[in-house]
Amino acid sequence: MTTLSIPVPSRPVHPTGVWGWITTIDHKRIGILYGVTAFIMFITGGLEALYMRAQLARPDQELVSPEVFNQLFTMHATTMIFLAIMPMGAAFFNYIIPLQIGARDVAFPRLNAFSYWTFLGGALILKLSWFFGGAPNAGWFGYAPITGIQYNPGHGIDFWAMSLQVLGIASLAAAFNFIVTIINMRAPGMSLMRMPLFTWMTLITSFLLVLAFPVITVALIELMFDRFFGMNFFVPAKGANPLLWQHLFWIFGHPEVYILILPAMGIVSEIIPTFSKKPLFGYPVVVLSGAVIGFMGWMVWSHHMFTVGLGPVANSVFALTTMAIAVPTGVKIFNWMGTMWGGSISFKTPMLFALGFIWLFIIGGLSGVMHSSAASDAQQQDTYFVVAHIHYVLFGGSIMALLAGTYYWFPKVTGRMMNETLGKINFWLVFISMNITFFPMHFIGLDGMPRRIYRYSSEYGWDFWNLVASIGAFALAFAILVFMINVIRSAMKGEKASADPWDGRTLEWSIPSPTPEYNFAQIPTVRGIDPFWAQKRERVPVAPVAGGSGEDDAHSIHLPQPSYWPFLASIGLFIGAYGLVYYQSIVGMTAGILGLALTIVSVYAWSFEPVNDPEEEH
Amino acid sequence: MNSSRRRSTRLWAALLPILAIPLLAACYPDNPQSTFDAVGPVAKSQLNLFYWIFWAAVFVFVVVGGILMWITLRFRRKPGDPDPAQTHGNTPLEIGWTIAPALVLVVIAVPTVLTIFDNLNSPDPDALTIDVVGHQWWFEFRYPHPDGNGDAVVTANELHIPVGEVVNVNLDSKDVLHSFWIPKLAGKVDLVPGNENFMWIQADEPGEYLGQCAEFCGEAHALMKFRVVAESRSEFDAWLTAEAAPAQDPVDPLAQQGKALFEGGKAQCWSCHTVAGSSKSRGQTGPDLTHVWNRGHIAAGVIENNQRNLRQWIEDPQSIKQGTIMFRDAKIYSDPERKLTDADVAALVAYLQTLK
Repeated sequence: MTTLSIPVPSRPVHPTGVWGWITTIDHKRIGILYGVTAFIMFITGGLEALYMRAQLARPDQELVSPEVFNQLFTMHATTMIFLAIMPMGAAFFNYIIPLQIGARDVAFPRLNAFSYWTFLGGALILKLSWFFGGAPNAGWFGYAPITGIQYNPGHGIDFWAMSLQVLGIASLAAAFNFIVTIINMRAPGMSLMRMPLFTWMTLITSFLLVLAFPVITVALIELMFDRFFGMNFFVPAKGANPLLWQHLFWIFGHPEVYILILPAMGIVSEIIPTFSKKPLFGYPVVVLSGAVIGFMGWMVWSHHMFTVGLGPVANSVFALTTMAIAVPTGVKIFNWMGTMWGGSISFKTPMLFALGFIWLFIIGGLSGVMHSSAASDAQQQDTYFVVAHIHYVLFGGSIMALLAGTYYWFPKVTGRMMNETLGKINFWLVFISMNITFFPMHFIGLDGMPRRIYRYSSEYGWDFWNLVASIGAFALAFAILVFMINVIRSAMKGEKASADPWDGRTLEWSIPSPTPEYNFAQIPTVRGIDPFWAQKRERVPVAPVAGGSGEDDAHSIHLPQPSYWPFLASIGLFIGAYGLVYYQSIVGMTAGILGLALTIVSVYAWSFEPVNDPEEEH
Repeated sequence: MNSSRRRSTRLWAALLPILAIPLLAACYPDNPQSTFDAVGPVAKSQLNLFYWIFWAAVFVFVVVGGILMWITLRFRRKPGDPDPAQTHGNTPLEIGWTIAPALVLVVIAVPTVLTIFDNLNSPDPDALTIDVVGHQWWFEFRYPHPDGNGDAVVTANELHIPVGEVVNVNLDSKDVLHSFWIPKLAGKVDLVPGNENFMWIQADEPGEYLGQCAEFCGEAHALMKFRVVAESRSEFDAWLTAEAAPAQDPVDPLAQQGKALFEGGKAQCWSCHTVAGSSKSRGQTGPDLTHVWNRGHIAAGVIENNQRNLRQWIEDPQSIKQGTIMFRDAKIYSDPERKLTDADVAALVAYLQTLK
């Protein structure tokens, strides 16, 4: 088997170094870009959290002003949701999905590059606000009317809104790409009901993205019209009802919660069978429950609004739908337990993180059921009890699963194993400090501590558990540091990984580690669930000479070629959106127009650029 | 074998505290905003519902967690294990564990719905009705005039209610969203500008109950507090009658000087604050000060109401409550020519001390 060569002039051909990364349209490199960027954003969001925990460690501290504190919690949540967890999910979609379905790339490789660079632009617009004009300060939910120009004349909200719009474009492009990839690019024989669970959850997540983001886009456009052009979508003094924003936001925002957790459930559904040496128990039910969660996610948005005065009928309906969503979630947990039952469980680091996910998600799920009871939720809404809940599902859920996924697929990406001893230390540090940080928040919440307050006085009795939570937060930061050390150390001099270090079940383990540029020398044919396991144990061949574009060897594989245009289109969006924040100045308006023009020109040029240069010989 | 036993011991050691600590949560009913010390029927019904769901959750956690723990200990890999049987599912089992959580949910759904309706429908619509209006960053309370047809009696940040009686509360906001929450009396209901909301409260025991804004509302959100004073019906009636009376003109010369300043062009306190009985002080932006000296606290429940604190509040409100609108809008803080002298402040404080 020889390696590829694609010698083509007049477009980026085999660019190396930085240019190689900028022009790449290889799903694997884009996946790595997503992962690294998202992790850096995760660190910045973590530092914002540490700053808040330092301020709240003792009563009546004045480390930060209330204004900065408000910016910190707004940025922490926006960062963790949009710039860390979502793109970490995208990193796994990018790298893993084509490998799991037996494809050589995603359906639209250049659109994929565009998604990443646009995401980076959106992230920079948000994060740079710290340095240019002040960060947003109205919470990640941005409830009207405090986001209005009357209460918020600075540029923070503009940065926030423009950033979310740009991130929305990136997410929509990526979601369409993965829907088409998963529907169209599956290897022969991989019917929908033979797809790995992670691929299934990615497909559902992508549909949620496609349906949810337009809602927030519309809401943000209305908000920008209010702020820029003096319109009155959310101005109560002019007769608007500010609850309109809350409905729009949560019709987006609740599916968004499942956008964050379904990929995590997908990762866990890959790891548990592998380390139990058993197929996923009740595969169709796990798939179906994921779809049901995705579907019911649209029927529960008003449980974020139990205290806004929708009345007893609406509150009862949303309480019941919210409780109902616990059923498919519980079913998933039971099926994971059924998978382990009778299995041969190996407690390698990925499995430890996956088990940690289940434990923490049970706790977060149960406190979620507590919130679903609208009447008692009136005592919990907007207190630290909710802060505890969301961190159990988003840290204990999403982040634990993403860490599990990193340990699991790291050998496939780098060709090296992550250090197992450091990994175990890493797991226990994360698991214990996570509980020390977030469990006490249940107590102080029920003791009446509201969220989003920058200080509290000693008479309320919240001192002790706040101090414990703050100590836990710094311990958690240390645990993440151990993770970073393990990643860097293992990437450089970790033990060499075999193609199939975990005795895996799905197609990505059938190809060498690290993944070759073309993924599969021959497109495999799939005959059932867990095709690679079947090949290994039952001698069902997974890769007979079959379909795809390559006939019999890697030599004749066509890969789409690198391109400048997606990168340039994204740069245009970044400049344009940044300029629009300052639309009132001539410089800002000019930048806005030039940026959007650059995007249009780039997309136009990209449309006429062939995927492969026709001159190429092979 | 030995190492896996050690591993499982470690697992237990880490998980046991998690099982134990929820029980500690109930240990703080003495805290002033603790939801575990419910003093009124609304808070009590919410607390009972919470306990009901909490114990259901503990039950589920112990059962599911116990099985999960047992599975991970029982089925851990031992050297030389053959591949386990590749079972793909078990339909009756899966139907069973779909129905089981649904049954648990029915157990909590029924009391939930009943409590939702109880809490939002007043048992006595004709009882005393108070309007609560949220402002950045203080609460305005408006009572019907004791005579039945006079102007509303307006006060701020200290809500007096008769103990043992239903009190209906209408909620609105003048600016952004706020939320009205007295943890010991009732769960919160939001103040939404232009959308009047309703709740009812009742205190079963006399006393002072702390409350706090629970919906993020801007810079001084953390310091938007209030308290509820539940007192006997006769004490309440006396209080309301006193609040309904206009302010008396001061006799003390320093206080008279303070009144002149309050209503004059330099300090312009009158443009934001109302003092009933004064023809000039009719401002609506800030709290009504007609009987401010009778209140236990100032600056939305942040500091005690005494001479020294009043002085500091007037001189440097930022030092007490960053972001306060008074500091932002009053010219005495931004225009050096109108900056108050020590004598001015002393006079204003003397005047405010007559407002009782």
